[in-house]
Amino acid sequence: MRTPRTGVDWFLTFLRLLLLGAATLGVLLFIVQQVYPDNLITRWVNPVSANLTASQFKGLLVSGLTQGAMYGLIALGYSMVYGVLGFINFAHGEVFMAGAMTGMIASNKLDDAGIWESNFLGSLAFVLAVAVATSTLAAIAMEKVAYRPLRNSPRLVLLITSVGMSFFIQNASLVLLGAKSKSYPRAAEWLNGNVGVIDVRGSRLLVIAVAGLSAVALWWLVERTKTGMAMRAVAEDAEIAALMGIKVNRTIVTVFAVGGAMAGVAGILWGLMFRSVTHSTGFLPGIKAFSAAVLGGIGHLGGAMTGGLIIGAAESVGPIVFFEPLGVQGATQLKDAVAFLVLVGVLLIRPSGLFGERLPAEDRV
Amino acid sequence: MRSPTAKRPEQSSPEQPEQSSPEQPLLEMRSVNTHYGAVHVLRNVDLAIYKGELVCLLGGNASGKSTTLKTLLGMVKPTSGDVLIDGEVVTSTSIRYRVLKGLTMVPENRRLFKRLTVKKNLALGAFLRSDNAAIVNDLEWVFELFPRLKQRLNQKAGTLSGGEQQMVAIGRALMSKPRILLMDEPSMGLSPALVKQNFDLIQQIHASGITVFMVEQNANLALSIADRGWVLQTGQVVLDDTAGNLLAHPELRASYLGDT
Ligand SMILES: Nc1ncnc2c1ncn2[C@@H]1O[C@H](COP(=O)(O)OP(=O)(O)O)[C@@H](O)[C@H]1O
Ligand SMILES: [Mg+2]
Repeated sequence: MRTPRTGVDWFLTFLRLLLLGAATLGVLLFIVQQVYPDNLITRWVNPVSANLTASQFKGLLVSGLTQGAMYGLIALGYSMVYGVLGFINFAHGEVFMAGAMTGMIASNKLDDAGIWESNFLGSLAFVLAVAVATSTLAAIAMEKVAYRPLRNSPRLVLLITSVGMSFFIQNASLVLLGAKSKSYPRAAEWLNGNVGVIDVRGSRLLVIAVAGLSAVALWWLVERTKTGMAMRAVAEDAEIAALMGIKVNRTIVTVFAVGGAMAGVAGILWGLMFRSVTHSTGFLPGIKAFSAAVLGGIGHLGGAMTGGLIIGAAESVGPIVFFEPLGVQGATQLKDAVAFLVLVGVLLIRPSGLFGERLPAEDRV
Repeated sequence: MRSPTAKRPEQSSPEQPEQSSPEQPLLEMRSVNTHYGAVHVLRNVDLAIYKGELVCLLGGNASGKSTTLKTLLGMVKPTSGDVLIDGEVVTSTSIRYRVLKGLTMVPENRRLFKRLTVKKNLALGAFLRSDNAAIVNDLEWVFELFPRLKQRLNQKAGTLSGGEQQMVAIGRALMSKPRILLMDEPSMGLSPALVKQNFDLIQQIHASGITVFMVEQNANLALSIADRGWVLQTGQVVLDDTAGNLLAHPELRASYLGDT
């Protein structure tokens, strides 16, 4: 069964080794640099490197994981849609942006009315509901208007349509709300304090808690309800799912709706962490979440969430741990590059992702 | 593979009144034509299956057997002609509607949900039902037919052996509490010993009160248990007779029964 190795294979192997080697070298040098701050190599490649303290490292890690939880929520939508329709919905980042945008509008209205600060958690719940509703409706509308008519077209057509949808939503936001960056009101003061023993900022804990609850709700839906069973059946074999009496179209809409809802939650988490929103806010988190979905194994929901956490942590810690010890200047600017390096690495080393199953050839499309 | 004592739980279906008229077929096809795009597959097919029958559809490769079953279930729509259940025209209704009317199928190649557990596969068979107590009874019945499945409940269906997958496929179909079971080449890919068991099993399902309509390559065995049969050739019914007459039919012997 094995085909003979070609030049391309050797080149790919070379790339894999290069990538793994660079990462390993970076980590080793990082450890050396931490243990002997004044060693020869560090003095040579990286004369100005800051010596990272344990608490700084922890800070980076926690903020990375917090963002990672948000990426994970977005990644779920990519993964679920891929599961049932077999294409990457590139407009999903914009579904996230729509949630962040309406959440921003709603929270500013609440702030103007003076409720935001006085009843923060109540306001947050309301704003979450607004964002979730917007993103869900956006995702449903997208499925009905753009994707359903193309259900029987080649996947590539759907993919390109989703890129078009992405531009459309961005531009719609640009026309309706303008290009200027807009801001969420400041989160309640008490959230900025550190929480007791674990010594983590309250706002970060809040983000992680909301993301965790959403993920658990989704898990329950998929694993414990009839709707979830229908979703999994349609993902695996739509024709036979229909034979079981499942309404396939309705199930596909549900998948878009649920993915959209998760993106809406993520939109609010974005607002809590970064406050500022523009029409292009969906782009980078969207691509990173897509990387997370691929890293976890596209179609695998636990994988999407894990992938998000890994990408978040990697982009936060990675520049200091990989790039700086290798002598890269201004390594912290390379945050965004890490996600793409991880994506490239996954595609090179384990294309099916961490939890993805290698399907037998007969099951492949 | 099965225990001889397995009996189907009592059928109580008040929503499906018994059709007392012997003239009324349970499932019927009237001059059906089915196309895939420009390809004309079924040509004026007429079929009538009565309650309690065990009937079979024979025919060579690509003669349109699977298309016939899919048209009956609504998985493909005919371009002309009608499908009727209990005399009601269902041609334009959904698959779901027909499943609710008591139709179900063991599809060609079984088509299990391979990434889901055996338990979930069986549960999906009962997707449209909410009579939980009766579902539990039917599940017990499936376990009586296939005791092996009980040990495999939490295993992914894709990891089972061919014979076990066949059990899940049949079990899944039975879980919908069908009145009529369509089977598309149920013995395909089974070892000769399993094929024999499989035919015994079909008879047993039939004896429990389910009308059976099967598509088979194995014409000899199929006709040996069936009441009647049809022979399809390039989408046309060329023979429509009792199993006994078909078994004796010279042309059929020559072309399908491997008579030498
Ligand atoms: N989905 C499809 N699209 C186009 N042609 C099809 C499709 N399914 C079956 N056919 C064609 O219809 C004819 C009958 O197929 P089928 O009903 O599967 O035959 P059988 O089950 O008797 O082997 C064949 O020529 C086959 O190629
Ligand atoms: Mg066939």
